[in-house]
Amino acid sequence: MSKTTTEAELPLAPDDAAAERLSTAPVESEGPTGIGVLGWARWMWRQLTSMRVALILLFLLSLAAIPGSLIPQYQNGQGLLKVEAWKTHHTAVAPIYEKLQLFDVYSSVWFSAIYILLFVSLAGCIVPRTWQFVGVLRAQPPTAPRNLTRMPVYAAWRTEADADAVNAAAHRLLRKRRFRTNLAGGSVAAEKGYLREVGNLLFHMSLFALLGGFAWASLASGTGGKLMVEGEGYSNTITQLDDFNGTRFYGTEDLDPFYLKLNGFTAKFQDKGDQIGAARQFTANVEYTAGEDTSKLKQGTIEVNHPLEIGGSKVFLIGHGYAPVITVKNGKGDVVYRGSVPFLPQDGNLTSTGVVKVSDYGVGPDGSSTQMGFSGYFLPTAPLSFEGTGPISLFPGDAAPELVLNAFAGDLGTDSGLPQNIYQLNTRKLTQLTQDGQPAKARLKPGQAWDLPDGYGSVTFEGYKQWASFNVSHRPGNTIALTGAVLAILGLIGSLFVQRRRIWVRAVALPGGGTQVELAGLARSESAKIAEELAELAVDLQDDAPASEDEDDAAPEGPAPEGPTAEGPAPEDPAVPADQNSKE
Amino acid sequence: MHLASGVDPQLADLSNKLIYSAMVVYTLAMFAHMIEWTFGSKGAVAVRSTEQSGSLSETVAGTKGAKKVTVTVAGAGGGTTTLTRTALAGEGATVVTSGRGADEEDGPGAAGNSTRADLAGRIAVSLTVLGALLHAGGIVTRGLSVSRWPWGNMYEFSCAFAFAMTAAYLVLLASKKNVRWLGLPVVLAGLLTLGIATTVLYTDSEQLVPALHSPWLAIHVSTAIFCGGAFYAAFIATLLYLGKDSFDKRIAAGLTTGPLGTPASVWRRLPAASTFDKLSYRINALVFPLWTFTIIAGAIWAEAAWGKYWEWDPKETWSFITWVAYACYLHARATAGWKGRKAAYLALAAFACWLFNYYGVNIFVTGKHSYAGI
Ligand code: HEM
Repeated sequence: MSKTTTEAELPLAPDDAAAERLSTAPVESEGPTGIGVLGWARWMWRQLTSMRVALILLFLLSLAAIPGSLIPQYQNGQGLLKVEAWKTHHTAVAPIYEKLQLFDVYSSVWFSAIYILLFVSLAGCIVPRTWQFVGVLRAQPPTAPRNLTRMPVYAAWRTEADADAVNAAAHRLLRKRRFRTNLAGGSVAAEKGYLREVGNLLFHMSLFALLGGFAWASLASGTGGKLMVEGEGYSNTITQLDDFNGTRFYGTEDLDPFYLKLNGFTAKFQDKGDQIGAARQFTANVEYTAGEDTSKLKQGTIEVNHPLEIGGSKVFLIGHGYAPVITVKNGKGDVVYRGSVPFLPQDGNLTSTGVVKVSDYGVGPDGSSTQMGFSGYFLPTAPLSFEGTGPISLFPGDAAPELVLNAFAGDLGTDSGLPQNIYQLNTRKLTQLTQDGQPAKARLKPGQAWDLPDGYGSVTFEGYKQWASFNVSHRPGNTIALTGAVLAILGLIGSLFVQRRRIWVRAVALPGGGTQVELAGLARSESAKIAEELAELAVDLQDDAPASEDEDDAAPEGPAPEGPTAEGPAPEDPAVPADQNSKE
Repeated sequence: MHLASGVDPQLADLSNKLIYSAMVVYTLAMFAHMIEWTFGSKGAVAVRSTEQSGSLSETVAGTKGAKKVTVTVAGAGGGTTTLTRTALAGEGATVVTSGRGADEEDGPGAAGNSTRADLAGRIAVSLTVLGALLHAGGIVTRGLSVSRWPWGNMYEFSCAFAFAMTAAYLVLLASKKNVRWLGLPVVLAGLLTLGIATTVLYTDSEQLVPALHSPWLAIHVSTAIFCGGAFYAAFIATLLYLGKDSFDKRIAAGLTTGPLGTPASVWRRLPAASTFDKLSYRINALVFPLWTFTIIAGAIWAEAAWGKYWEWDPKETWSFITWVAYACYLHARATAGWKGRKAAYLALAAFACWLFNYYGVNIFVTGKHSYAGI
């Protein structure tokens, strides 16, 4: 373990050129300078772009993100339903929460204010830092300070070699170590590790790219939903989608044109152990064409984690369930309905509920025009008895499928012109059929038929298909965000793992003959191995500048070098300036 | 109808047994470490000197033609450290010796200078190695029993996480770093994690839900495990920094015990406060880019699985909070007036976010990341 690393707070001599900061971090200012509005404005801007305020804003950002993780949010998947449910349970505080935008934290005024301020601060911080850094790159490394003993790492010895030759040798050695060097005025100045600053700037700038990607996605993306039973297909237009959420730059008329058909669906489930019923595989087999031309059909599969990309959209598999196939005959024996009806899962074992609306039933037993509706359950694995539990499924796979139905007659309300939920019956103008004074009810296995009471005809449970629901998502800006993210990581690596440091070497001819060699180093990162680097350089330099035998009294102003065992008395303190924090 | 199983019950059972055996062996290691700490307090606490390597460098320096240089390093508190590097001419061998200024002494370690305590410490390390081997066996057999990566639910994740932490410590030890003082806290933390895993979080070995069928499981989750282990280690170092720093202040104020009445001899044997401080910074700084990567990998996976790379799902939100908290800590380290204890408190807060993200969000908050299996 290295015991010699320097701290970040480097002692710096305020009077020296070397005190020029190795970091372009903004300087903390004391208070308003100058007078009047301008002075205050300047002061406030300086405060905003200071590290301290950046720190506080970051802290606030993490605090502000917390409520959104504990309170349901509109923008999460199924957020709307969850928010409504939460509101009905917490009627007292719900209005206050709504006012405080606590159901919409991440687009709320206060959350936005924090990150916008943070990014303004960031811009105000990195723009000057970039300029400053460009200036540093164009300039020579700053020449050696007068008093090298004040530097955080220091070494000195006396040699008989010529001073100029020692300087030249030091220059050569530093070059070999890929330092930027400057040999002038009897000393060598060298600097290395610019990648740290580059990395830091790159990291902070790429945060803007990330933000840009986010912003573009929220302005120009859209998602639609579509549920299809096996064998069904649809064209990606607003009339054929079940629902669609557009944004400013991706509305209903911008939908990517394609055709998609669900040919089949496979679901596998865990059949034993303590995770029985857990899903193990979902695969949708589909046919599709990009564009309008349905003659060039392609085959594909969509799985969880493996969306299908068509045109500018991605199609994700998000749900599945069962769709019983039902035939309804009226009292005269005519088939008035035949089709598969998607039932919606209510629990992990796919206990599903759904309704069948027969709007073209025709004339009822009483001679007047009527409609019929059925509501009920589909149970992929039905229990032997509903006693105590009601109709629930025991397993999500179709081990013992059953359909449970209630029947209603009357007016479905479908002709009122108002949009209707296809998964719910509006029973206001419907009457439930009864048998022996009880609501009429049937449990059907595939292939079984139910003769309805009062001459209403019959219902046949022909069988069932599976359905799958898809999310059709158009989201641009992903590449921008991803590029930003990758650059951010690269920048971070440079910023955190590269050390920026300066080394000076000065060889001066002593009045009494011989040459005094001094080495000093300055680093600005916490894990700097500068002392070891300096020691290695010094050892290498001794090839050209071997230490004199009587070196113990060689250093006139530096600390007396110790004996090789390092067990002697602690060396005399080098002049450490009191102002340790002058840097930031 | 299709059913899926594909679990090898024998291997799954063997995995459980190996994990339990590892816990037993870790417990023994914990006792051995406790004995080390107890015996170590008896001997006079000698400050570690440079004698060990000093004699060697003396030989080298005594040889004719040796090149030698002494570098003076100004320390944080105004003290100085010196580093002497000696090289035999022509042979390229260098020997580094170093000493510290009086205010920055690293303690000698848990064993002090008692040989009995040292023996106990060595036994403890051997037991930890044995425990880690059993532990690794438990993880591998778990994975083999279902032919997939063994981190599909919280139980598996915790086992892997505890292993990452122990392995990191052993690797440091093997590379001759002076970290044996970490033994007790690491074994304790490992036992705690495994204890929670086997009792509260346990689930049988099974195949995964379709949402977890992705190569990102290996990438995203394994980096998350590694980050967790490392953050944990940095957390321990931060706590010890705060403790040792308070101890130093109390001693300076004329008191004779550490914070909360802890015995002074424990603190004396530990490394210097600045060593802890640096260690925790280095670990956190090393892990931060990887944690950034973990979040990005998660976002890419989310994009493939759910169609949106960021939805402010509770898990995502807390990863973000943790990330910002660590960024905050790194900024604090670079800001005058926030270094030292204040930055350390931020590091603790950041780790608390991480812990909540792991246990809190999985157990108390429902979101799309419902892999806990409990
Ligand atoms: C948008 C949120 C920000 C994030 C996530 C962030 C993150 C980070 C991280 C992780 C580091 C550590 C890298 C290192 O130590 O070199 C860092 C360093 C730094 N940040 Fe930020 N930062 C943000 C905003 C800002 C702002 C607003 C400023 C300016 C006021 C700023 C100025 C700096 C400076 C000067 C450093 C370098 C410190 C040093 O040289 O060690 N950052 N930032």
